[in-house]
Amino acid sequence: MSAIHVTAAVNGDPVEFLCQPEETLLDVLRDRLGLTGTKEGCGTGDCGSCSVTLDGRLVCACLVMGAEAEGRQIGTVEGLADGETLHPLQRKFLEHAALQCGICTPGFLVAAKSLLEKNPDPTEEEVRYWLAGNLCRCTGYDKIVRAVMDTAEEMRNSNAA
Amino acid sequence: MRFEAPETVEAAVALLAGEAGRAYPLSGGTDLLVQMRSGRIAPDLVVDTKRIASLREIAREGGGWRIGAAVSGAEINENADLVADWPGLAHAADVVGSTQVSGRATLAGNLCTASPAADTVPAMAAAGALARIVGPDGRREVPVEDIPVGVQKNALAKGEMIECILLPERGPRGADAYLRFIPRTEMDIAVVGCAVSLSLDEAGTVASARVALGAVAPTVVVVEDGARALVGTALEDGALDALAAACEAACNPIDDKRGTVAFRTEVAGTLARRAARTAYERARDRA
Repeated sequence: MSAIHVTAAVNGDPVEFLCQPEETLLDVLRDRLGLTGTKEGCGTGDCGSCSVTLDGRLVCACLVMGAEAEGRQIGTVEGLADGETLHPLQRKFLEHAALQCGICTPGFLVAAKSLLEKNPDPTEEEVRYWLAGNLCRCTGYDKIVRAVMDTAEEMRNSNAA
Repeated sequence: MRFEAPETVEAAVALLAGEAGRAYPLSGGTDLLVQMRSGRIAPDLVVDTKRIASLREIAREGGGWRIGAAVSGAEINENADLVADWPGLAHAADVVGSTQVSGRATLAGNLCTASPAADTVPAMAAAGALARIVGPDGRREVPVEDIPVGVQKNALAKGEMIECILLPERGPRGADAYLRFIPRTEMDIAVVGCAVSLSLDEAGTVASARVALGAVAPTVVVVEDGARALVGTALEDGALDALAAACEAACNPIDDKRGTVAFRTEVAGTLARRAARTAYERARDRA
C-alpha cells in the first residue's frame, strides 16, 4: 500500500508529509515531522502525554490517525513559546517546580493552554477535572494545579491592564 | 490497510460494503485505535466519517433531535438547547473518559463498541433514542438498545454504519438523569450505570417513564417494570421501592475486580432511586 500524502498546518506553519495508513498523528509528529515535544506515554489515550489540539480541540495524538490531519490545524507544545520568550504557562511551571521528570509536561501545557482559552478564570475543581486525563507520576499534581491557577490569574491581569 | 475519508454517506457505504476484508467506520477513534494497537482487530479498511457534513451536525428533527454519528460528546455539551432537553444524556457523554477523549468520542461509537459499561447507552435507551442505520439496502431506524447484542458485538450487518442518533420530542415537563457508580471521581468505567427519563402531567404525576441500566448484564437492560412502578406516582417512597426492586431483579451482572454481583445489584437499585428523583426534580423545574 502506497503512502498517503497529507497537507496540514502545525502551529500555524504549513506542513506536508507522507504517512502509512496505520500511522497515528503522534507517529507523524514525532517521526515524520521531528516534533518530539509531544510524548508517547501509554499509546491508548489514558495518560494525556501526547495531548495536542486538532482544529482547536484538545485530543490525544495517539488516538488520531495521521491521515485524518488532512487540511486540519494542529497545535503542539512547540507552538507555545514565542521565540525565546516562554508562554506564561511554561514560565509558571518552572516557577512552581510543577515538573520533575518532565515526560508529562508537554501534555499538561497543551491541555492547560486549551483550558485557559476556553475558561480564563477556572476554579481549582475545574482545573483538576479538565486535566484529569493527564497523568503525572512525580508531582502529585498540586504544583501543576497551582501553576495553572497562577498563570490564569496573571493572564487575566495582563489582559485587563 | 487502506484509509479513506469520503464526503458523502453513499460513498462511505459503498466503501464499507465493497471491501472484501474487515472494514470499520472511524469517528472518534477512541476505541477503534486502541483495539487496532492491541491487535484485537486488524482492519483492511478504515473509513473516516468526519468529512461527511451531515454526520457532524446536531439538528432539530421531528420535534426532537438528530445527532450525527461523528458528533463528539464535547460538541453535545456545547449545545445549550440540547443539554436543556437531555441533561442526563449530555452528562453521560461528558463523563466518558477525559477532556481529550470526550472531545472525540461519539454516541454512535459508544453504541457500536458495545461495551456493557458504556455510559451513553443506558442514557440513550432511557431517552427512547433510535439509531438510524444506513447500508447498501438503504436506511432503517432501530431502538438503540437493539444495537449491542453481546459484549463487544453489535447488530450492524456488513456495509452498514450508524448515520445518526434520533432523540424524541422532549415535551414541556420531561427530563432525564444518568448516574453511575465509580470508585473515583472521574476517569473511570461504570461499575453500574442507571438512566431514568420521565415526563410529568400538569399535576406533577409521572405520565411516562423509561429506565435503563448499564454494566449489570452483557448488554444494556431496559427495565420496563421499573418504569411502570413510576407511572401514576409523584415518586412516593412506595414507588421508589418498587423501582429499586424492579432494577435489582433485572440485574444479571458479573463478579469482577470492580464489583461483586451482590454489590452491583444493590447499587443498581440505589442509583435508580436517585436518578428518578433527579429526573423528577429537573422535569418539575422545567414546567
